[in-house]
Amino acid sequence: MTGPAIFLLLAGLGAIAWVSARARALRLQTAARETGRRDAVHSLPGYHGWYVALWTLIPAGLFLAVWANVSPGLVTQAVLADPAAQALPADAFSRSAILGEARAIATGLQAGAFNPASQALVEPYRAALNSYGVAGAALALILAFAGGAYAFTRVRPDFRARTRVERLVMATLLVASLLAIVTTLGIVASLLWESFRFFSMVNPVDFLFGLKWSPQSAAMGYGNDDAFGAVPLFWGTIFIGAIIAMIVAIPLGLMSAVYLTQYASATVRKWMKPILEVLAGVPTVVYGYFAALTVAPALRDLAVSVGIHGASSESALAAGLVMGVMIIPFVSSMADDSIAAVPQSMRDGSLAMGATTSETITRVLIPAALPGVVGGVLLAVSRAIGETMIVVMAAGLAANMTANPFASVTTVTTQIVQLLTGDQEFDSAKTLAAFALGLVLFIVTLLLNIVALRVVKKYREAYE
Amino acid sequence: MQEQTDLTIANPKMSARDVKVFYGPKQAIKGVSIDVDMDHVTAFIGPSGCGKSTFLRTLNRMNDTVASARVEGTITLDGEDIYAPSMDVVQLRARVGMVFQKPNPFPKSIYENIAYGPRIHGLAAGKADMDVIVEKSLRRAGLWDEVKDRLHDSGTALSGGQQQRLCIGRAIAVEPEVILMDEPCSALDPIATAKIEELIHELRGRYGIVIVTHNMQQAARVSQRTAFFHLGELVEYGVTSDIFTNPRQERTKDYITGRYG
Ligand SMILES: Nc1ncnc2c1ncn2[C@@H]1O[C@H](COP(=O)(O)OP(=O)(O)O)[C@@H](O)[C@H]1O
Ligand SMILES: [Mg+2]
Repeated sequence: MTGPAIFLLLAGLGAIAWVSARARALRLQTAARETGRRDAVHSLPGYHGWYVALWTLIPAGLFLAVWANVSPGLVTQAVLADPAAQALPADAFSRSAILGEARAIATGLQAGAFNPASQALVEPYRAALNSYGVAGAALALILAFAGGAYAFTRVRPDFRARTRVERLVMATLLVASLLAIVTTLGIVASLLWESFRFFSMVNPVDFLFGLKWSPQSAAMGYGNDDAFGAVPLFWGTIFIGAIIAMIVAIPLGLMSAVYLTQYASATVRKWMKPILEVLAGVPTVVYGYFAALTVAPALRDLAVSVGIHGASSESALAAGLVMGVMIIPFVSSMADDSIAAVPQSMRDGSLAMGATTSETITRVLIPAALPGVVGGVLLAVSRAIGETMIVVMAAGLAANMTANPFASVTTVTTQIVQLLTGDQEFDSAKTLAAFALGLVLFIVTLLLNIVALRVVKKYREAYE
Repeated sequence: MQEQTDLTIANPKMSARDVKVFYGPKQAIKGVSIDVDMDHVTAFIGPSGCGKSTFLRTLNRMNDTVASARVEGTITLDGEDIYAPSMDVVQLRARVGMVFQKPNPFPKSIYENIAYGPRIHGLAAGKADMDVIVEKSLRRAGLWDEVKDRLHDSGTALSGGQQQRLCIGRAIAVEPEVILMDEPCSALDPIATAKIEELIHELRGRYGIVIVTHNMQQAARVSQRTAFFHLGELVEYGVTSDIFTNPRQERTKDYITGRYG
């Protein structure tokens, strides 16, 4: 019996369970109401329907989930027990190749056999698949019936079906939220583990404070010592994400927030704000090729024309500028929120002293909103240093320690991509370095986020 | 309807004649005439929403900050029309200061709160000058003794009553001629209220003072002139003691005896 058919069958059973349990509950409850006691009836009939339907579906569903994982192994064992399997070669590799081919033919994925040895196993395979398929389906159906029947017998007017169903709903929601947390923990654990492996090959001090980054030379067998100094990457990341991008994003974001909250008419605000937010929705890869194909060449030509030599076509400036533009909406919307959160009475107080609008903004509103703005900037920095696409496309790969914005620098994210793309062995220091870099990035952005949220929260409380 | 022959002041500091205020199509003030001078504190009383704040805010053009507001009639300061195009609203607000219902010190130090106005109007020549202005303003606001040792603490850390006196000091620091107070005690406890009332007594004569209040005892205690507003009209305007002991209008009587409001 095939998978879809079983699912349809189970769904049908569930529906029948729902309808019949509901009908039964309705009938019993109508009768019970005649007794006139208020507690004679507990849950709405629909809850009884769900209770029985869930008892029908969940045990059977769980069983099928387990079965789907267990049965292939059982099938293979059955095939190996077949006399035809005696002829299989002893070495594990060709053995599994033959078994795989036989299986593909048996399930109809492949028409004919390349290896005559597999042809012999097709029939046993087909038989085993069939019998285990039937067994699984039968067991699932039995479970569905048993669960449904058990629940059905519990349908009484005063049975607390609602409580049970609610409890299950809650459990489901809990599992859903735990899933996200567990995934995060899993990611962190794998980062930690792989980083640990990396640090058993490379001294953490050399990694964190070393000034020379050349993982390629390590891969070519020159040894791991002083090939993994990540400082140039940290510097490149900070130079692009926290310096150049912020020089662009902070003033522009702040000014646009001030304009939108203080000067713009309601109509202008209504149009400008969504447009600004569209900027935040542009896929970063689009920014990336804009940076690489438009901004970077233009900047290089500019640099050459004003006589700066050695300007690279992959410059820190190009990546930083474009990243700054990308970040503007974040800064501006955070600043907008914090300026709008400054009470109107502050503004009135200042205006009533005879201050002009711009004096009020620079001397009262922005200082009052500053913590919120700082929080916004920190969040923006944490986003900028984790940003990948723009720097991969526009920043280059040369691990330079330079403050020349026209030179090429590289960043943590760029190097992670670089280390992991292509054919890699997953136990060389070169590959594992990507995890160590990822761990550093993760810790830094986490800290930035925590600090930023603290600052913003504290500031919000100040005006409650 | 108003009988104010006895109240017309020969040379008033401020004078409002037939002032009407509209918020969009809605008229909030319907032809109000009042004089303000240095020797009398004027109290505005009346039920919520009758237009007291609206009228008060026309006196230093704070209504300019409300896009839908429109003012008709004339208001003069020393005989000069404050709504004339030649009037600089920045100057006007330096001369006609305002204290709000809820204390609204800036989130800056006590010193900086007071120094704010003098700084934007360029009243102090240097640090020493500013120190003098700050001390004088805080003394006049009756706050100096309480805060002189912590001038650089945040103004928002003071108690509500101290904050309100700080706001009064802030207004005083720019040497205004008139101070407008919109229910300055409504957010304060009785002791803080008593301090503010005392302060108003001390400030009388030096500044023209207009105070909006919900509290009729307060109007009786601090003012010499009282204006009763109802539904945007100035129902009765007179010497405070007359208004409270011998109101001429039925509506005034109903209000001060607590029949509505
Ligand atoms: N900014 C505004 N926009 C529109 N209507 C307003 C505005 N401010 C006040 N009003 C209206 O004007 C009337 C007078 O309000 P207000 O002066 O605040 O009264 P009061 O201070 O006496 O309680 C009220 O009906 C109020 O709804
Ligand atoms: Mg009011």
